[in-house]
Order: sequence, then structure tokens, then C-alpha cells
Amino acid sequence: MLKNFVNKRDLPVFLGFIAIVLLAPIIMAPLGAGYPDLLQKFAIFGIFAIGFNILFGLTGYLSFGHAAFLGVGSYTAVWTFKLLTVNVVPAIFLSTLMGGLFALLIGVISLRRSGIYFSILTLAFAQMAYNLAYSVLTPITNGETGLQLTLNDSRVIDNMFREVSKTSLPSTDFFGLSMSGFSGFYFCAVVLIICFYISLRIFRSPFGVMLKAVKSNQERMSYTGLNTRPYTLAAFVISGMFAGLAGGLMAVTDPLAGAERMQWTVGGEVVLMTILGGAGTLIGPVLGAVTIKYFENIFSSLNDSILNSFFSFMPEPMQHVFTAVAGLFVGEGWHLTLGALFVVIVVFLPGGLMEGIGRIGKLFRRGGDDGDKKEPAAKFATPAE
Amino acid sequence: MGILQVKDINKRFGGLAALADVNLDIEQSTVHAIIGPNGAGKSTLLNCFVGRLKPDTGTVIFDGTSLLGIPPHEINQAGVSRVFQTPEIFGELTLLENVMIPAFAKRDGAFTLNAWPDLRRESDIKDKAANMLADLGLGEKLKIVAETLSRGDKRRLELAMCLVQDPKLLLLDEPTAGMARADTNATVDLLKGIAASGITMVVIEHDMHVVFSLADKITVMAQGTPIVEGLPEEIRGNAKVQEAYLGGAHL
Amino acid sequence: MDVILLQLLNGLDKGGAYALIALGLTLTFGTLGIVNFAHGALFMLGAFCAVTLKSLLNLQMVVLDPIKKTAWGTPLEIKTPYVEKWFGEFGSVLLEYSVPLSILLAIPIMLLIGVAIERGLIKHFYKRPHADQILVTFGLAIVMQEIVKSIFGANPIPQPAPEIFAGSADVGAWFGMNAGAVVYPWWRMVYLGFSAIIIAGVFSFLQFTTFGMVVRAGMADRETVGLMGIDIDRRFTIVFGLAAIVAGMAGVMYTPILSPDYHMGMDFLVLSFVVVVVGGMGSLPGAVAAGFLLGILQSFASLNEVKNIFPGIDQIIIYLVAVVTLLVRPRGLMGRKGVMES
Repeated sequence: MLKNFVNKRDLPVFLGFIAIVLLAPIIMAPLGAGYPDLLQKFAIFGIFAIGFNILFGLTGYLSFGHAAFLGVGSYTAVWTFKLLTVNVVPAIFLSTLMGGLFALLIGVISLRRSGIYFSILTLAFAQMAYNLAYSVLTPITNGETGLQLTLNDSRVIDNMFREVSKTSLPSTDFFGLSMSGFSGFYFCAVVLIICFYISLRIFRSPFGVMLKAVKSNQERMSYTGLNTRPYTLAAFVISGMFAGLAGGLMAVTDPLAGAERMQWTVGGEVVLMTILGGAGTLIGPVLGAVTIKYFENIFSSLNDSILNSFFSFMPEPMQHVFTAVAGLFVGEGWHLTLGALFVVIVVFLPGGLMEGIGRIGKLFRRGGDDGDKKEPAAKFATPAE
Repeated sequence: MGILQVKDINKRFGGLAALADVNLDIEQSTVHAIIGPNGAGKSTLLNCFVGRLKPDTGTVIFDGTSLLGIPPHEINQAGVSRVFQTPEIFGELTLLENVMIPAFAKRDGAFTLNAWPDLRRESDIKDKAANMLADLGLGEKLKIVAETLSRGDKRRLELAMCLVQDPKLLLLDEPTAGMARADTNATVDLLKGIAASGITMVVIEHDMHVVFSLADKITVMAQGTPIVEGLPEEIRGNAKVQEAYLGGAHL
Repeated sequence: MDVILLQLLNGLDKGGAYALIALGLTLTFGTLGIVNFAHGALFMLGAFCAVTLKSLLNLQMVVLDPIKKTAWGTPLEIKTPYVEKWFGEFGSVLLEYSVPLSILLAIPIMLLIGVAIERGLIKHFYKRPHADQILVTFGLAIVMQEIVKSIFGANPIPQPAPEIFAGSADVGAWFGMNAGAVVYPWWRMVYLGFSAIIIAGVFSFLQFTTFGMVVRAGMADRETVGLMGIDIDRRFTIVFGLAAIVAGMAGVMYTPILSPDYHMGMDFLVLSFVVVVVGGMGSLPGAVAAGFLLGILQSFASLNEVKNIFPGIDQIIIYLVAVVTLLVRPRGLMGRKGVMES
């Protein structure tokens, strides 16, 4: 039974992942990130990045338009809360569906081209969605204010089963379990684990190998009798569904949807998460998402007075200089850190953090085990061919 | 009536006639070699067979159906596999994966959303691929990443990827180019074995030694047109060929 | 008729900015093979050259007036910019023309920045996949705009045009229409002329100099030019510097039309990429033509008559054109085969 569930080789990874996610409140507490709001963010952006990785990591198609699906997911979820019920199940189901549907529409057109042209097409669609959400679609998106719950919402299903309060705004729930605080985090955590599992299955499946083949050599693929376009489209739709789901979960934790979620810089952020963690690896995207959201939280909360006390061990003039320089990178300047990080990662660690971890692991193994040292000599002994 | 019939193919690139009035008839279960000097249009002709190029005029009929205007993957699904002049393989994937992919294509068609089962549990496909690699002398390297192979091994891998599909027609574009003599001989023996199993082959080759030890029939092309066609012994003595192709030197 | 002329003119100055940015983008694509997402940031840096020069010229000496008092009884402060104090009348002229003068500041600065970026970063990416190039330049763009933000703040900083260009021209009257039918600000006219001059300059540089010949040859066939023993590297650096200068000058002159802020580069970048794609990757005339074409289309789409028929069309017209172009003419209006088709 378990054998059919997870491949023997992946079992430790999967169990480890579950353990870390479920124990996250305890593990992250010493790092100052053990509170549910932030942990929820980790989980949601983890899902977003896992989905993006199925497209970018496996097929190599770089989309700048995934923010659009995130936004669509959020709007769908809030509308579901307004029209049907504040129970989150229909909302996340529908937002996943809508994310996939939009991805299908945009994917069919964008995937007719590849390389940089594909990136530009997805960017164009995301910008169109963003601009329309702010202007003509205001009846649906509520423009700049953002879409939110009101007392007049019809909430058909809720009204059928219980007395709906007419004086206070409802909060989202999972069959009575409130979606704020730790119960909210654990809901997102379970969804994250399911998403990770799906991605694991896809990575290890024939379909996953086909997607890697798309990245490796499209020409050979078509001369091998495989039609590449449906494969890329399937990957695009799956990643769109993950994005829609992530958008839906954002609305679950905070029932508000704004167009800024569709801006292409948000799409750029998920690219960064995936690259930072390691595109094409299983764990990398989640690691990237957590790293970025964690440092965003830390860095943007720092300010000059905290820095000053941090550098207080130094002589006063030096303290001022260090504070001034470091001050550029924190608080409002967090984006500067992010941009610099982007450059450094792409230049020095194109495989992302996972590659870095791999390198360090190799160093340790080489240092610790004498037996390995014979290996290079043996390599020279064998003929080149 | 042969398995592949090529009639009146013409292809121009701007002012240059790359192919002019090409007619060919490839018999089932034979090895048909196409030889000729550089720029004679041999590779262009192969490109017309697999859907990489569309000829300006003419027809290409394979096994009763036209191959023109059909996308490459459908041509392959119809039973045509091709080995390229520079090996086209999946460089980042392992040898086993490289050969499993065409095996899946053969079994499941041009597209299947086969996203749930584990690759390792597809034992039929896996065994088939592993056996094919073993047949071609790559059985020790199943888990190796393809781009680290030597050029000769890459060629063998590409051949394995084609053969695992049991093609009806195998197109080979200079299968021994850049190989050492020993490797060339091994490849010739390999191809002879494949030919003996009844697969029809079209081979483009520069090495006359390879051509004469493999081919049942030879077509000589020059400047985009077949000038002579015949059995190897007829070609060997043909003065016209010697003049056009070798400038009078003896084969 | 007057409406059409007005929208045409309105589209042209924006189109000029698109064309200038797209020109530089295409140069870097075509010769260096680099997809530069930091190009919009160079445009923005150019604009902030103008801001810098103006604030430098405006450094003031404060003197307390010994006699006059303000309403609160404190001594009246007399503020005189140093340039006026030192150069008198000439100083005032300097102040007045700070925007056009900024070009003189922008050229060396943009050249320096361009060369530094190419030598320090871009040159390591010639052989890397396009995705990596996009990512690293995207990161660089964020760094540049955040630095500008931390120095100049997040709010737009208005830059007035020189007084004599401040008003509007009654273009309609020139064509025998009613006075006031088609009114067009002088500075936009200046910008239009300026972009035409720069475009003509870049084209004649490429057409009539040996250097330009090599660059054009490189755009057609990079490998061969490299094999001919021509020092490609040095030329790449110069081309990148040139693209940076063009973007910078376009930014400087645009400041009176749009008050610069730190994210103006990103806004223009996305549009300019679309322009490049529509014009045809690697085609300089295509980039220029598409720049003006899209500028004009955008201006017509914002007509109320059009918006009433297609609500929201003004917001998406450019992207819509890009999508249609890519699907119908995959290589763009004037693109060549095989450019950037990985």
C-alpha cells in the first residue's frame, strides 16, 4: 500500500517534508517566525512556487504571467464567499478550477511560441488582466479598493443552513474551524503537503520525464513521435491551477482580493523563489519561497534604531557608517536586497540553494571519508573512451 | 511497389535548386544507400521525408500514405525514425530515460497525460529500453547522463532510441561520421544485424567501405538530382559516377 | 480631421520614447544576443540625471536680509542659487535650461554605467540561456530602481521645460483649421524632433562608419564576424554603452512630459519589450516603426468614441497588438528568421 503511495527512494524526503511542515511552529519559533500569519504565507507561496516549478523547472518555459492566475484565484474565492458560503472548501475548489481555466485560455495562445517570445506573451496577458481589473472590470474586481465581504452578501448556502448575522462581518471557516490563527496555518499546511505530494508524483511519472524532455530537446521529441504542445499546455494548466489555489488560500486567510496581486512583479517574485531554491528540484521552490518571505519579514521590520543598537559594539563613527549602509537594505529598502540577491544567485549559484546544499554536502563527504580520496586517481587510470 | 515512393521532388532555396526532379523507390526490407558529394542534397532529401522541410513540388508516399504536410511526430508515429548527422538526444536525461521516452511514444501515442504512475513501475518499458541499450553495448551506462557520453556512444544511444520503436523505416544520416575505424566496423556490424531483422533502411554515407558492405542498392546524387541508381557492383564500375563524384579516381 | 491630427501628434511623442528605448533594446539583442530587462532602468537613470543636475544647480546660498522681516518677525531669508551668484545672468540661463543641459551630464554618466554593467555583469552571460539573462538583468533593474528610490524618494519629481517651450503650439492653425482646434505643447514637439534626430544619428552611425558596419555584420551573423578575428568584445562594450546613452537621453528629455519616479523604467520596459517584439526581434527599423505605431494606436484607443465601443481598450491595446502580431506574424513586422528562437 505504502509502496504504491510513495517511491521507496522518495519516502524519507516526503516524510521529512511532512514532519517539518507540521512542526513548523516549533522549528521556526527560535528564528522569530513561529507565528501563524507568517507561517501561512510560507505555505501559500510554497504552493505557488511548487506549481510554477512544474512549468518552469521541468519544461524550461519562463512565464511572467502567473500573477494573473493568482489574482483570478483570489477574486474567485472572495466571490464564492460572497455568493455561496464562507466555508472555504467550495472557494478553494473553485479558485483552483478558475486558475486552471484561465491558464488554459492563455496557455493555448502563448504556447504557440517558445523562448523569449513565450515570456513576452505571458507578460502581455498578465498586464492586460491587471489593467482590466483596475478599469473596466471594476464591477467584478471593485477596482482599487479591492473586493471584500459585505453585510449584504447573499451567501446562498450559508443562509440555507444557519442564521446569518446581519450585524457583523463573517469570517471564513472550514466546517466550523476558524481560518485564523494556528488552525488557519494547519489548513494551509495540509494543502501544501497535498500539493507537494502531487508534484512528487508528477516528477516521478512518465509525464514528468516528458516535460524534462521538452526542456532538453524539443526537436528530438517531435522526431520521436511526441507532440510537444499538449505536454507544455498540460504543465501550464497544472501550474495555473496551483497558482489559482494559492490565490484562493490568500483569500481564505484574509478575505480581500486586490488587483495588485496580478501585477507582473508578483509573477517575477515567484520566478525568483523558484530560482533561489533551485528550479527543477522538488524541495527547492518551497525552500525559496520560505527564504524570501522570511527575510522579507525580518528585513522590512528592521529600522535604523535597531541597526544602531546592533552595531553599538563599534566605535561611534563606524557605527554610523555601518548603520547608514545597512539601512539601505532594510525596511523600505528590502527590495534592494531582493534585487541584489537575484543577481548574486543567478551569477554564482544558477542551481539555487539546493545546488549550494549539494555542494556543501559533497565537501563534507569528501572531507569525512578517506576512501573517497582514491576516486580521482581511479578516474585517470581509465581510458577516456 | 516499394515502401517509400518519392516522386518528382523539387526544392529551391532562393535561387538555388537544392533538389531537382528526385524520384526514388525504396524496397521493403532493403538497405538503400544515398551517396554523393557535399551539397548534393542528400540531407535535404531526408529532411523532406521527416517533415522538417516541405518540398515545393512532388509526393512522398510511405506505406500507402502521403508524408507531406504532416507534422514530424505523426510521421514518426507512422513508423519512420531518423538518426541525425549530429546526434539529437536528451542531453540532461539518463540513457535509460532517453530510450524509455521513445518507447512510451510507441506505446502511448503522441500525447498521454500519464502523470500518476511511477516511472520505475513501468517495468515493461523499462526492460525493453534496458535490453535495447544492452544490445547496443551501452548496458553498463543506464544511469549515466547522456551528454557526458563520447560522440560514438551518443550515436549508438540515438540508434537505440530509434530501434526501440521497431520502426518500419530507419533513416540514417552519416552514421559513422567522425568515428575511428574500429568503431566504424562495429557500427557496420550492428547495422547489418538490424538490416537482417527486416527493417528498411535509407543510409546517407561518405565512407565507401561502409556503403559497399551495407547497401543492397545505391543511388548517387549530384547537384540535387539522382544521376545513377543500381546494385553496388554496378555503381562500383560506373564511369559516370566516378567522374561526377570522384573526379575519375578509382573506388 | 482635427481630432485625428491631435491624436496622431499625441501618439508621436510617446511613440518617440518607445522607439528610442526599443532601439537600444534591439541593438543589445541583435549584436550581443542579450535580453536586457534592465534597459528600462537605464531610461529611468537618464531621467534622474536631469533631476540631479537641476538640484545641483539649485544649491542655494541663504543670506539673512538685515532690514526686511517676514510676517513672523524673523529676518527674511534671501535664497540665491550659487550659479546665479557666480555667473549672474548666465547662471539663470543655466537653471532655465537644466533639462536639455542634462544631456551633457547624461552622456558620460550613462556611458560609464553602461560600460560598467557590460564589463561587470553582462559579459558573463553571453553564453548563458536567455532565461538566465532575463533574470540577472531583472535583478539589476530592481537594484538600480531601489537605489534611486532611496536617494530621491518614491514620489515623482516634476521637471519644468524651459520657459520658451512651456506653452502650446496651435498646430491646427498651421493647417488652416480653426484656432485652438489642435493644440500641442511645444515641448512634446521638441521631444519628437529630438527623437527623430537621435534615431537618424544612430542609423547613420551604423550605416556610414566602419564600426557601424561591423556591428551590422555582427547582427546578421555573430559567429562569422567573431571568426574573422575582429575584436568583438570591445565592440560589444561600446554598443552596450551606446544603447545606454540612447536610453538615458530619451529619459532626460522625457522628464518635462512625465515627472520621473523610480519605477518609470519598469513601466516603459514592459511596453518597450512589446514594441520590440511587434517590430521584430533584431530589426532596428522594425523597432522604430513599431514604437511610433504603438504610440499612435495607444493614443487613438484612448479616444472616448473608441472607448465607448470597446470599454477598456486603451488599457490593453498595446498588449493586444503584441499578441495578435506574435500569432499572425511570429517574427514581427520586420523580423528576420532565426533571431532569438531558442
